Amino acid sequence: MTPASDLVADVIAAVGTRAEAEALADVGSTALTRFANSFIHQNVSEDVSTVSLRLALDGRIASATSTVTTPDDVHRLVTSALQLASLQPVDPDWPGVGEAVEQPVVDHWDEATAAADPVARAETVRRFVDAGEGLSAAGYCETAAHSTAYLNTRGRTGSGRYTTATLDGIQQTESSAGSGHASGVALGSIDAGAIGAQASGRAEQSRGAFDAKPGDYEVVLSPECVATMTIFLSFYGFNGKAAEEGLSFVELGERRFDPAIQLWDDATDPRALHLGFDAEGTPKRHLGLIESGVTTHLLHNRRTAAKAGTTSTGHAASGADAFGAFATNLFVGEGAETVEDLVSGVERGIYVSTFNYCRVLDPKSLVVTGLTRNGTFMIENGRITDPVTNLRFTQSFIDAWADGSVLGIGGDARFADSEFGPSLVHAPSMRLASWRFTGGAEG
Amino acid sequence: MFDEATLAVQAALDAGAAYSDARVVVARQETINVQNQNLTEFDRTETAGVGVRALIGSSWGFASTPHLDHASVRAAGERATEIAKASALVPGSPMEFADVPIEQGSWETPFEENPLDVSQSEKVDLLVGVTATAQEVDGVAIATGNLTFWDTDVWFVSSQGHRLHQHRVESGGGFDATAIGESETQRRSYPQSFGQFETGGYETVRAWDYQGNARRIAEEAVALLTAAEMEERETALVLEGSQLALQIHESVGHAIELDRILGWEAAFAGTSHLDLATLGTHRYGSEIMNITADATLPGALGTFGYDDEGTPAQAVDIVKDGIWVGVLSGRDSAAIAGLPPGGMVRADGFSRLPMVRMTNVGILPGAGSLGDIIADTDDGVYMATNRSWSIDDKRLNFQFGCEIAWEIKNGELGRMLKNPTYTGITPQFWGTLDRIAGPDEWVHWGTPNCGKGQPGQIAHTGHSASPGRFSNVRVGVRA
Repeated sequence: MTPASDLVADVIAAVGTRAEAEALADVGSTALTRFANSFIHQNVSEDVSTVSLRLALDGRIASATSTVTTPDDVHRLVTSALQLASLQPVDPDWPGVGEAVEQPVVDHWDEATAAADPVARAETVRRFVDAGEGLSAAGYCETAAHSTAYLNTRGRTGSGRYTTATLDGIQQTESSAGSGHASGVALGSIDAGAIGAQASGRAEQSRGAFDAKPGDYEVVLSPECVATMTIFLSFYGFNGKAAEEGLSFVELGERRFDPAIQLWDDATDPRALHLGFDAEGTPKRHLGLIESGVTTHLLHNRRTAAKAGTTSTGHAASGADAFGAFATNLFVGEGAETVEDLVSGVERGIYVSTFNYCRVLDPKSLVVTGLTRNGTFMIENGRITDPVTNLRFTQSFIDAWADGSVLGIGGDARFADSEFGPSLVHAPSMRLASWRFTGGAEG
Repeated sequence: MFDEATLAVQAALDAGAAYSDARVVVARQETINVQNQNLTEFDRTETAGVGVRALIGSSWGFASTPHLDHASVRAAGERATEIAKASALVPGSPMEFADVPIEQGSWETPFEENPLDVSQSEKVDLLVGVTATAQEVDGVAIATGNLTFWDTDVWFVSSQGHRLHQHRVESGGGFDATAIGESETQRRSYPQSFGQFETGGYETVRAWDYQGNARRIAEEAVALLTAAEMEERETALVLEGSQLALQIHESVGHAIELDRILGWEAAFAGTSHLDLATLGTHRYGSEIMNITADATLPGALGTFGYDDEGTPAQAVDIVKDGIWVGVLSGRDSAAIAGLPPGGMVRADGFSRLPMVRMTNVGILPGAGSLGDIIADTDDGVYMATNRSWSIDDKRLNFQFGCEIAWEIKNGELGRMLKNPTYTGITPQFWGTLDRIAGPDEWVHWGTPNCGKGQPGQIAHTGHSASPGRFSNVRVGVRA
């Protein structure tokens, strides 16, 4: 396979002095072993070699992406993009490509994960399945190893590599299910037996669930639920494009949340995943988004930053200008309490293991509807009692973290799965004063 | 490209596979986005590669590569078999592979104008013009337009003798206008949320008259800011066709996927409330509910010649007179269930494993018109164009939000209502279907963004529908 750095060099060399241009290449492999009914039913491996080119010809912009990377293909890619650009209207908001910058040293890489073969993934799956002791297991184990390179015509460069490993699964009885999840840089750091046992414990505990009456309840949310709340707040609220267009709730400097809430994005954290630069070659750094309940910064790519009169924060995603800036290394500040501590303070409430199928009703008020899944329980007099069937909620995620609403934060932060996928948010459990459940199994 | 596919299959067999198939896919996509009259994206993406499946016993392996040189193609075939052997470390029960006609042939989407050959300026000008018209309406903060086109060639070869070539052309797009209030946003879209997509060429875009609808859509977005909130109650609900299409997609289309029914999607997309033991007897809805899965409908987005296992496109009954009678299936899932294979297995490009996907799952038309249905309604609401959708993992408990609604009083549309939502439980809801409009308002709505699978796949599905009415529906749910 041609290295990513060679691909971007070939593309920028082919553009020459004919246009302002930037190229991003991704080379590597992703493999995923999927299981259901306690056996491996889908098992895939994908070689990846992609190069994307964006260029500006006198302010006229076009982009092209290709998986074909021979010298002839590169020439065709560049010729096509130049021809496309020549026929476009001038883009008045084109910010130009960035100047050369020093990149931070970020290397979230594990050699053993990069070399993981299908047998290693199958053995991980087997440990998860066996932990269910006869329950019906389903889920997946994924490993990925990628190298990425960036180069533009102003000499900005970036290169990096990353590995990721994820195990996500459920154990099912005939009437209930429980989930478990882990993700990180190294497959070796994932204790598949423990995650499978957690899932089976939740599934067993969920047998015989009853229909709880919809209404407002105090809740204790797992890291998965908090991760989904966080990614929605980030995507719809802290996205610089949404803010510029008036679609976001964020007013910088405003105390919008409970003082217990801390939220930041940091690809340089040793615990983080993925790359140290974005799709425009901008270095990533620690960026506070909520500090003691106060909104402090927005996420920007070069386009949104230029419109806001500031600089990019390193949150450009490839081909995502229509959506704006996107954070992929979010950290929610954790507390010191255990889940038992959080539950112990609740007189009557509900514990939620995961949210499912969350959708925004209005992006500005961030009212979201979704359901609970894979383990929902009543909390009575400080302890988890009976399982309840899945509930539908319709809740503003902003209001849920409002001043006075955050009653406790766990010390159990980890990379949790979210509505937008795994490995994006490092989140703890959280106790919240009120959550509006608007329907149950009977509607 | 047949040579590369054949080479991959042979390599998988040489490595020990009992069965193998391979798809070489060359896919071209053009995406154009305009916001407030400015072109924000003009992108062309071309992907090419081969994906190989290998089967040993009941264990599958799949490998893909973007490199089409012979060494890389052979390596992909060998790797697919190696992965299948690893799958056997956590094996399932012995599996049959349902018989299908072994064909050698070709198929192409009928189209008049290849969208990639239409001039760039015409396409950009259309979107710039539409957003300009929308922005002429006071109060419109954001107007966006999109066009997306796909031109895809697939060469399929199997170790059983399949040798098929398909050329699919898909086109579509749309626009929306957003008005922003103190603490809310209101949006209207046309032809539907996310645009309308069909198989065919640029002629499908021309047919929707974006420009002629731009001012109306913009005015509705602004009017919604001052419209009344819908009160929470149970009432008659009339759904516009594209919203009924999404209702079918979510509460019927996914529920009848055989892989979900068999538990293969349990951890992610979910399962289904349907039990195969009740196929043929389970009442899904009222007697006027007739749903088909028809991959042969001309112009519909889920139309093709052969699925990605080489099975010819079919039209099958799913719900007949309100009774559940059919599923969406592939060769392995159908064999396990003891049902005929439906030819409904598709993959998102060369690098993804084919899996059970919707084709064109739609409701057959009834009689009369939307106007007739409204005239026949004493008290109710009419909702149009999806804004949000959420449904549980068994496809039972759903809540939808629409962009706009009007109250219905004494057979006439009344006040405009904002933030409309409705919620229900699938079989109870469909059981209250009491009117479905006739063939004159029957449209092949297209969904270009159906997500499923791990790694994630996006499918293009079709849902034919005309407006319909449901009774005693809970509407107006909000935080």
